[in-house]
Amino acid sequence: MADKDVDAHSGVETTGHAWDGIKELNNPLPRWWLIVFYISVVWSIAYWVLMPAWPGISGYTKGLRNHSERENVAEQITALEAARADDTRRLLEAPSMQAIENDPGLHQFAMAAGASLFGDNCATCHGAGGQGFKGYPNLNDDAWLWGGGLDDIRRTIAYGRRSDHPETTNTVMLAYGRDGILSRDQISDLTHYVLDLSRQEHDDAAAERAAPLFAQQCAACHGAAGTGDRTQGAPNLTDVIWLYGGDRASIYETLWNGRAGVMPAWEGRLSDEAILALSVYVHSLGGGE
Amino acid sequence: MRNLQAKTPGMGADATIIGGFLALGAIYALFIAARAVDPLMGFHAYVFLSAFIAGMFALIVRATNPAPVDESGYQTAVVKAGVFASMFWGVVGFLVGVVIAFQLAFPDLLYFDDLAWTNFGRLRPLHTSAVIFAFGGNVLIATSFYVVQRTCRARLAGGLAPWFVFWGYQLFIVIAATGYLAGVTQSREYAEPEWYADLWLTIVWVVYLLVFLGTIWKRKEAHIYVANWFYLSFIITIAMLHIVNNLAVPVSIAGSKSYSLFAGVQDALTQWWYGHNAVGFFLTTGFLAIMYYFIPKRAQRPVYSYRLSIVHFWSLIFIYIWAGPHHLHYTALPEWAQTLGMTFSIMLWMPSWGGMINGLMTLSGAWDKLRTDPVLRMMVVSVAFYGMSTFEGPLMSVRAVNALSHYTDWTIGHVHSGALGWVGYISFGALYCLVPWLWKRKQLYSNALVEWHFWISTIGIVLYITSMWVAGVTQGLEWREYNEFGFLNWSFVETVAHLHPYYIIRALGGSLFLIGSLIMAYNLWRTARGDIRATEKQPATAHAVPAE
Repeated sequence: MADKDVDAHSGVETTGHAWDGIKELNNPLPRWWLIVFYISVVWSIAYWVLMPAWPGISGYTKGLRNHSERENVAEQITALEAARADDTRRLLEAPSMQAIENDPGLHQFAMAAGASLFGDNCATCHGAGGQGFKGYPNLNDDAWLWGGGLDDIRRTIAYGRRSDHPETTNTVMLAYGRDGILSRDQISDLTHYVLDLSRQEHDDAAAERAAPLFAQQCAACHGAAGTGDRTQGAPNLTDVIWLYGGDRASIYETLWNGRAGVMPAWEGRLSDEAILALSVYVHSLGGGE
Repeated sequence: MRNLQAKTPGMGADATIIGGFLALGAIYALFIAARAVDPLMGFHAYVFLSAFIAGMFALIVRATNPAPVDESGYQTAVVKAGVFASMFWGVVGFLVGVVIAFQLAFPDLLYFDDLAWTNFGRLRPLHTSAVIFAFGGNVLIATSFYVVQRTCRARLAGGLAPWFVFWGYQLFIVIAATGYLAGVTQSREYAEPEWYADLWLTIVWVVYLLVFLGTIWKRKEAHIYVANWFYLSFIITIAMLHIVNNLAVPVSIAGSKSYSLFAGVQDALTQWWYGHNAVGFFLTTGFLAIMYYFIPKRAQRPVYSYRLSIVHFWSLIFIYIWAGPHHLHYTALPEWAQTLGMTFSIMLWMPSWGGMINGLMTLSGAWDKLRTDPVLRMMVVSVAFYGMSTFEGPLMSVRAVNALSHYTDWTIGHVHSGALGWVGYISFGALYCLVPWLWKRKQLYSNALVEWHFWISTIGIVLYITSMWVAGVTQGLEWREYNEFGFLNWSFVETVAHLHPYYIIRALGGSLFLIGSLIMAYNLWRTARGDIRATEKQPATAHAVPAE
């Protein structure tokens, strides 16, 4: 390398090689670059000294600060629980659910807790505003399958409906067609009867034919007038509020395949105070009785 | 050149080995197809079988072709094929990205009860793998085959082996992509393909490594150019990451399902050791190699600092491999491992920026070219995005920052400033350079169309990353917002609803990026055909067309 190759523009020497015409200048490392790199190394070493960092055979270096994120989380949760402790205790010790609603401070606390719990546990099925979807009841209206009182709602949340909880209820809408209880024609007639109950367009003759069938098969749960029975969770068929749709095809499908929607039991998954707060919140959504 | 004599047609050793391998593979694929325990495995066995038969057929056609094969010059045909594949998979990957961006904004879009494969969950890995591995991988393979020959002054080693790498890699892409749509996945992010696809990729990758090493071995230059160090570190490290992360036990040798060798937090750490270093050694060192060849070549200026290239190369590859645990802050991963992941990410900042400095400072003496040459400008903006995301990365790895940013769209924005800005633009720049060089055209079909591409997609990137920053910070703040009673102020689904406008902006940004890539595909197609747009000005400075 006798001749030094110098770049004309910068006046800097090249390394003397060229690859496919590409040369490299012999510039030194930028000073600021090197300094910042060293600072980041020194900072990291300092961090290792202070914090848990390097593993060994049986454990790891704990660091001078003896920091533990797990303990921090546990402490923060304890602190939060302590801050809520008074209200939580009052919630649990309230003589009745009505008493919670009558105490403005406690009610506010229950609503705040309930809103938070509802969003993360209930909104998936019932909607963020409790508006419901097909198969998932709307919680804002006053049509309640199992009752809309504070205690009714608490029981539904705690024990679920058709859930795996021992206190749950297990009544179902039978699959009249699929299980061969009624014929296709009978189900068709009953569909018209139900359309008639909800004052929709229907075939009068078919509805008339189905009247004895309704009394025999349906009235035990839905009542002779079709107004439902909350003790069995049987919906009112006359209120034009439908969980699975009220058009002819939907009613026919309900009769044919039956219905047995499940509300999971939250007792054991949520704390008692959480279920109380949630009940108060759902009760307030608009349809509470 | 070592092989100056024009070879007579017939079966060389390379064709015989590859042909024999394909024949064995075809028999094995047929066997698996017959014994497949699930229909998806049967389907994939037939895909393998068809590919192997097609490969054997191509070898026979080649052996019986009377036209002599000139093996004296550089192997450019496989690079041309790579350019074509890059552009094709790029457009596919961007398109799927736009589709899923709109699906996030409008969840009902393409949602069919009976059609699982149009679901976001199936399309999302298709998007990520298509852009990273199909687009990025083809760009890396094509440019590495081009650059290693030029900078070593040697024809690619292995005769037909580079073609085996090219087609083998496309077969892997097809197996992976059809698998995602059909629901074959091992649920490891960026490593979703099942065990048999992984094994196939391992074979292809080892041949790739051998071709690359063989070419370096027979080089005519005394020294190995810096771009080739970067390519080599990419090829070797990806092999290691791929093999370790995909260690799994298949349920049946004739079935698609497998279970990872790792469990619990070890599994998570292995996955993110892989995941982060896929970013490091696929999307960083691989594309830095592209930068180190194409920017000095295009700017016709020497690389700024040889010393910096050495120091930042070794510090980058030494430090990068430690940074994976920063993906698992505040998880079951022990705190000491989180500390190491975070501190090594901080130390990674300057080694990453070493590449940016070398890329940008190479322009010194040629800054004026940015005004007239949109291709060079694209590559320089790419390096700027590289600098930005390699600053943002260490910042987000700090645990206190990560507490806000983790699991939010900020991460998505960060990834895309790197992917669209850095990886996308440096690849586009390289492709815009390569097509006139490979097809021996004096200039691109249209520089004006490159300008359009540049500005449309730059606006797209800006819309994308700014909307995701806002969305991410919004999410992060809302998730930790407590009310006066000590309860969370927002439920998760409420925070999702708040993001709707940002998701629309993001989808628009992505659409602009896709439109830019379509303009590019058209421009490159016309360039390869040898057209020059009628209204095009003659370039003030002709870019050197490298001599064959």
